[in-house]
Amino acid sequence: MCVDCGCSIRGIEEHTGEHSHDGGKTFHSHEHQKAHEHLHHNPQLNDAKTVSVIQKILDKNDHEADHNREHLQEKGVLGINLMSSPGAGKTTLLEHLGDVANFKFGVIEGDLETERDADRLRAKGIHAQQIQTGTACHLDAFMVHKGLHHMPLDDIDVCFVENVGNLVCPASYDVGTHLNIVLVSVPEGEDKIAKYPVMFRQADLILITKTDLLPYFQYDIEAEKAEARKIKPNVDILEVNVNDVQSVKAVAQWIEFKLKMRA
Amino acid sequence: MHEYSIVQSLLNQCEEIAMKNDAKKVVKVVTKIGAMSGVEPHLLEVAFNTFKEGTICDSAEFIINKQKLKLECKECGGIFEVDEVRYFCIKCQSLKVKVVDGEDMYLMRLEME
Ligand SMILES: Nc1nc2c(ncn2[C@@H]2O[C@H](COP(=O)(O)OP(=O)(O)O)[C@@H](O)[C@H]2O)c(=O)[nH]1
Ligand SMILES: [Mg+2]
Ligand SMILES: [Zn+2]
Ligand SMILES: [Zn+2]
Ligand SMILES: [Zn+2]
Ligand SMILES: [Zn+2]
Ligand SMILES: [Zn+2]
Ligand SMILES: [Zn+2]
Repeated sequence: MCVDCGCSIRGIEEHTGEHSHDGGKTFHSHEHQKAHEHLHHNPQLNDAKTVSVIQKILDKNDHEADHNREHLQEKGVLGINLMSSPGAGKTTLLEHLGDVANFKFGVIEGDLETERDADRLRAKGIHAQQIQTGTACHLDAFMVHKGLHHMPLDDIDVCFVENVGNLVCPASYDVGTHLNIVLVSVPEGEDKIAKYPVMFRQADLILITKTDLLPYFQYDIEAEKAEARKIKPNVDILEVNVNDVQSVKAVAQWIEFKLKMRA
Repeated sequence: MHEYSIVQSLLNQCEEIAMKNDAKKVVKVVTKIGAMSGVEPHLLEVAFNTFKEGTICDSAEFIINKQKLKLECKECGGIFEVDEVRYFCIKCQSLKVKVVDGEDMYLMRLEME
């Protein structure tokens, strides 16, 4: 795929063209990279050895994330980052989406170093690409870029990224998808949303999963939704129980709607 | 502990800037870490002091300016910092607030020799 863009994984300054920088709010060309330095990189006159920089620490990652979005955009593919604690139900949801979705999707699987989750998806006929994360506690845009190389972008409408199971670290990294879905399961208990606000702030859609288990847990689901909306007032929230096909269909419909809105 | 990966990015940035300025060493690194950046300042400091060894930042002082979440209300025009994580106006309760600061992490300034 990078034959045409010429990026060959080594970096971000190699290709030209418009792309969005902060999640689609602004557009600029790669001249931006230089402008960046000119703007903020002004040695002060009184002390030549002190420089004001004002650069995002993850600027390189953010540029690579923009770059990944360009690839997806070019092929009309919607990228969705799935994040949650381990075991909240990311892989299970993807398996069930395979049965009901009327869009085609692939999965970049970053959750485990083993092929276990990827194999589960392949068994369902879903194209899954395992990426090597070593001991990383999150995916970054460079890892996802490598995964994109092996995605049949011409044949899919949606590319999911199953992030490492962790409610902390993945929240700081833009991996270059368009939307974030954050899952939180009933058995994890009531305080998760309030305890991990940075993660839930990133969510475009929050899925409260395993709602079939509500009778067995002390879990005030309406209070959890209210908590989420203190952190992100306009966030969408759906309840999911994979044994209830309608609830899985609702997730598919949310994604279909988002696909339509990106014509 | 993504603080370790973040420090790697930061050290690379320092290295690049020092090279551009023909500096031999970095003596001070000033950062701004937002309360909603997802980074724990203490862990970042520990990570920096662990990984700076043998780099151009070996003897650098590491400064973290913590930035609270700062919001601007589109309704009443108020600009305020919040202690608790909430994205609505503390004066008029409006949900139409814009984030002014506190969600990102920045390298702000480098002092070199
Ligand atoms: N009761 C119930 N169990 C679920 C549901 N969704 C997932 N699980 C179970 O939760 C466990 C972990 O799911 P998995 O998809 O591997 O989580 P991941 O780590 O987020 O990918 C598995 O045993 C699933 O069968 C659900 O809606 N209801
Ligand atoms: Mg999984
Ligand atoms: Zn590329
Ligand atoms: Zn590439
Ligand atoms: Zn930039
Ligand atoms: Zn780019
Ligand atoms: Zn981590
Ligand atoms: Zn107000």
